[in-house]
Amino acid sequence: MVPILKHGKFLIASIVSALTDQDLIQLRDELANKIGQVRAHGVIIDVTAVDVLDSFATRTLRDIARTVKLRGAKIVLVGIQPDVAFAMVQLGLSLDEVDTALDLEEGFSHLRRGEERSRHAG
Amino acid sequence: MPAETRVAIDRETDIVTARQKGRELAAACGFASTDQTLIALAISELARNIVVYAQRGEIIVKSEFGERRGIEIVARDQGPGILNVALALQDGYSTAKSLGLGLPGARRVMDEFEIDSAPGRGTTVTVRKWVR
Repeated sequence: MVPILKHGKFLIASIVSALTDQDLIQLRDELANKIGQVRAHGVIIDVTAVDVLDSFATRTLRDIARTVKLRGAKIVLVGIQPDVAFAMVQLGLSLDEVDTALDLEEGFSHLRRGEERSRHAG
Repeated sequence: MPAETRVAIDRETDIVTARQKGRELAAACGFASTDQTLIALAISELARNIVVYAQRGEIIVKSEFGERRGIEIVARDQGPGILNVALALQDGYSTAKSLGLGLPGARRVMDEFEIDSAPGRGTTVTVRKWVR
């Protein structure tokens, strides 16, 4: 199970090390619902503790990102570790359409910048 | 000391167990953490193929300490087998709506790759990586 925390207008899901496929699918479904319940503007998915992102996890994270975007929230994936990033590149996995940031702090800045931009535009 | 670990694969959580065992053995073998992650990733892909295509099988991880130090992973199942192995080794080819990167990816991140598969006879994939 992946707990989803709320911080202001943002939701934070921190994935702990050994996530199963079922955890990821459950996370996708819960996020899609919770965005509506709390009227969230952004979602941070923290994978700092994840040891391996394989092709299934990558595809599911992409699906999660698309789902979140369709629900009207911004999403940023944070904390991909150096070895994990390197291994993904070697295997040929990419998360090109998903915004990423170094860590939680940078993730928040990324979402806040997005908020400010839309305020100025609106 | 050479070591061998067997992990029965018959559901998703076994994939996590297999790659954790593989990483432990790779660490004991002397692989750098970058290579440990590559090995864990390869195991994850091979174990997932078993769950998706054959439902059950096993992953055997062996450390080798002969002339070269390294690790061998055998992924074996008695599933339906692969109709066209050459096609299954192409990037982006999948019969299960996945990314189609598992088999070619596992081949890419390891040093040696062998596959023995035929329809009705199951599939055995053997990969090796050597400590640099």
